[in-house]
Amino acid sequence: MSKVNKEPLLHITKRKELPMKQTWMIRIGAIIAALIVCAIVTMLLTGLDPFSVFGTMIYGALGTERKAIILFKELAMLLSVALALTPAFKMKFWNLGGEGQILMGAWATALCMIYMGDKIPGFLLIIICLVAAIICGAIWAMIPAFFKAKWNTNETLFTLMMNYVAIQLVAYFIILWEVPKGSGKVGIINQTTQAGWLPYIGTNSYILVIIFVAIITAGMYIYLKYSKHGYEISVVGESQRTASYVGIKVDKVIIRTLLLSGAICGFTGWMMVSGVDHTITTTLAGGRGFLGIMVSWLAQFNVIAMVFASLLIVFLGQGAGEISTNFGLNESFADIITGIILFFIIGCEFFINYKVHVRKKSGKEEA
Amino acid sequence: MRDITKVFGTVKANNKVNLDIYRGEILSLLGENGSGKTTLMNMLSGIYYPDGGEVYINGELAAIHSPKEAFGYGIGMIHQHFKLVDVFTATENIILGLKEEGKLDLKKAAEKIRQICDTYGFDIDPDQKIYNMSVSQKQTVEIVKVLYRGADILILDEPTAVLTPQETEKLFAVLRNMKAAGKTVVIITHKLHEVMAISDRVAVLRKGEFVGEMITAETNEQEMTNMMVGRVVSLNIDRPEPVDPKPRIKIENLTVKSQDGILKLDDVSFTANSGEILGIAGISGCGQKELLEAIAGLQPVENGTIKYIDNDGEADELIGKDPLQIAAMGVALSFVPEDRLGMGLVGNMDLTDNMMLRSFRKGKSVFTDRKTPKALAERVVDELEVSTSSLSTPVRKLSGGNVQKVLVGREIASAPTVLLSAYAVRGLDINSSYTIYDLLNQQKKKGVAVVYVGEDLDVLMELSDRILVLCGGKVSGIVDGRTADKNQIGLMMTKLGGGADNE
Repeated sequence: MSKVNKEPLLHITKRKELPMKQTWMIRIGAIIAALIVCAIVTMLLTGLDPFSVFGTMIYGALGTERKAIILFKELAMLLSVALALTPAFKMKFWNLGGEGQILMGAWATALCMIYMGDKIPGFLLIIICLVAAIICGAIWAMIPAFFKAKWNTNETLFTLMMNYVAIQLVAYFIILWEVPKGSGKVGIINQTTQAGWLPYIGTNSYILVIIFVAIITAGMYIYLKYSKHGYEISVVGESQRTASYVGIKVDKVIIRTLLLSGAICGFTGWMMVSGVDHTITTTLAGGRGFLGIMVSWLAQFNVIAMVFASLLIVFLGQGAGEISTNFGLNESFADIITGIILFFIIGCEFFINYKVHVRKKSGKEEA
Repeated sequence: MRDITKVFGTVKANNKVNLDIYRGEILSLLGENGSGKTTLMNMLSGIYYPDGGEVYINGELAAIHSPKEAFGYGIGMIHQHFKLVDVFTATENIILGLKEEGKLDLKKAAEKIRQICDTYGFDIDPDQKIYNMSVSQKQTVEIVKVLYRGADILILDEPTAVLTPQETEKLFAVLRNMKAAGKTVVIITHKLHEVMAISDRVAVLRKGEFVGEMITAETNEQEMTNMMVGRVVSLNIDRPEPVDPKPRIKIENLTVKSQDGILKLDDVSFTANSGEILGIAGISGCGQKELLEAIAGLQPVENGTIKYIDNDGEADELIGKDPLQIAAMGVALSFVPEDRLGMGLVGNMDLTDNMMLRSFRKGKSVFTDRKTPKALAERVVDELEVSTSSLSTPVRKLSGGNVQKVLVGREIASAPTVLLSAYAVRGLDINSSYTIYDLLNQQKKKGVAVVYVGEDLDVLMELSDRILVLCGGKVSGIVDGRTADKNQIGLMMTKLGGGADNE
């Protein structure tokens, strides 16, 4: 039994709530610190001027009109997935199946475009694709929700596994639909007729996609904050026992919320096929189903904050991509920069919630 | 202990507390909930480290970083919530975490445990598995565990909260034996008669500060209460005569099994009348929770009937209906559950949103109406003197008493005809407790059938018109609250009917 008379050096306590201004000061401080570390790392590893690297990053994200539009399209896509996952997360249902739900929406869209492309007039086809995508996405989310509600199965594993089922399913259909045979690719669907494509504004449909997501954002904000459904979701998420105590049917809320979550994922899949890519691959969702989780958490399920969280992640992604091509660096270097910045941003939340004291010898302490 | 300070966030749990503990005495540490008793003792037993001040043991400065180091100083603490492994035997639990030389010798350990038991008069079987033990046996294991590790100073945190009067007596006898053997005992409590019964000295804390110490023999309950609360309080609970009692809830042959198929309520029958308070006594976990939840429509029932009888004498069956359906039948049933923040309220939501829990469905709009609940929240805060910084404070940030006021306030706002309450004053300070008793009495005077599940027999006997005693899920008997005898109820709690029990 040691009887060392030494006081612990570091000492961590929970903070009282900090005023808004101070929390933002900490966050801004974290970003500045992140940039400084990035600069040092850049200089040490590559010998490049960090300012030109940062400049390239900003140029990569916003440098030209086209780059800016792509940035906002990417932002819209990511935000849409994050918004889809949020109601489920608020209910503490960990929907990790965004990827699969998007893919099923995309699959349904591609299916309708391929088989009905020359039979049904354009506008109607778009609507059919949309409905099919929403239904397929919703079903993909509802299956695990149903099992969770009835038998309390673990939704994390279930939704995750459903992703792989979706990927395999799409892989099968890609072989079925491949053009030309043996290429293993579907290629651009209805390239000549453009049937089922979202109408262009300018040279593409990106603006339309951005508008759709803006509408979903506003809708989700109101739904979660002011509707009775939104209130039920919060209660179920906080305590299922409280929910049943006041007569909320927990099963019903779980299934209903996941239908919504899956439907928006399906909708996102529809936008990807019908509005952006006009083709389908197994990697169409591009990890957004998982990136969306991070966005939703980073914003602490706050819809408005999610817009900025998505912007940050997309900006880093686009900007870092530009660095690696421009300076002929390995792609991993972009990941390092993104990693450092995210580390600081997420890490600073610790300092917002906790206070670290360093003990001095006299026993007095300093904040 | 000198100038001990411990701060949690903005709350000063202990502020410059000075406390002396002498060898071979039993010291009561008295104070209301949240007065910092447990925090202070946790610093002595190495769970927390003080933010300021010094601890001296036998005149030497000591720094206690962990419970292990506390044992090095001979200090051991028995916590309110037991920390035992259910599937292990008593012996295995006691030696768990000890690093002794040589190979594990369970027999030798069991022998040493028996020896300890004989010395102090404990009654446990070292080879019995924990899950087969009663609450008081588990507590005994915890005490033996501490003694086995050679503690000279034992700290017990509200040890009697889970015990029947008989078990409490037994525990006190053991504590006296320990004192006789030269051990020091510190007992944390807020029950005054226990302080009188067991301790040599009493130290009082209030709002994290030390307010004084007294020789127990030279003080009385009133003086201690005044020190605890900081002003003069009356200790009597009102008990108005029942107003026109009529059967309101009639339960017959109610049988309930838990999800794992364990029998929780067995053939329970009784009637709760309007305009009276029906107390329900029993050792915790004897089916109180299941009984209330069955009435509230939250617990599936195996067998039996629960009839609600309205003012015209018409009876409606409540079994098989969920809370919404019960409300739709026009039955105004309110329920103050035991788990306030886990069931009655949502801790992370603010006062307004919590008021909405019951009423948010009203109206056809898909959007919620926050004006009415806000007005209700204002009224509850006003009338029940809830201390909160604003209506948008999450309720988990309120103190226990204020949380309970919010919950009770909401439940009685719907003008119930039946009010179920489980451990309504658990963890509340004296002032808040009396506010709650008053509220229950007001409801009783309005003709509400109040069911009060309680754990403090003294309160049950002062508040209830009739007391139903549960024992292992069965009704052990119903006694009149005005003429009941505490020992009789205690016996009924441990043995059906309270018959000849010669322990």
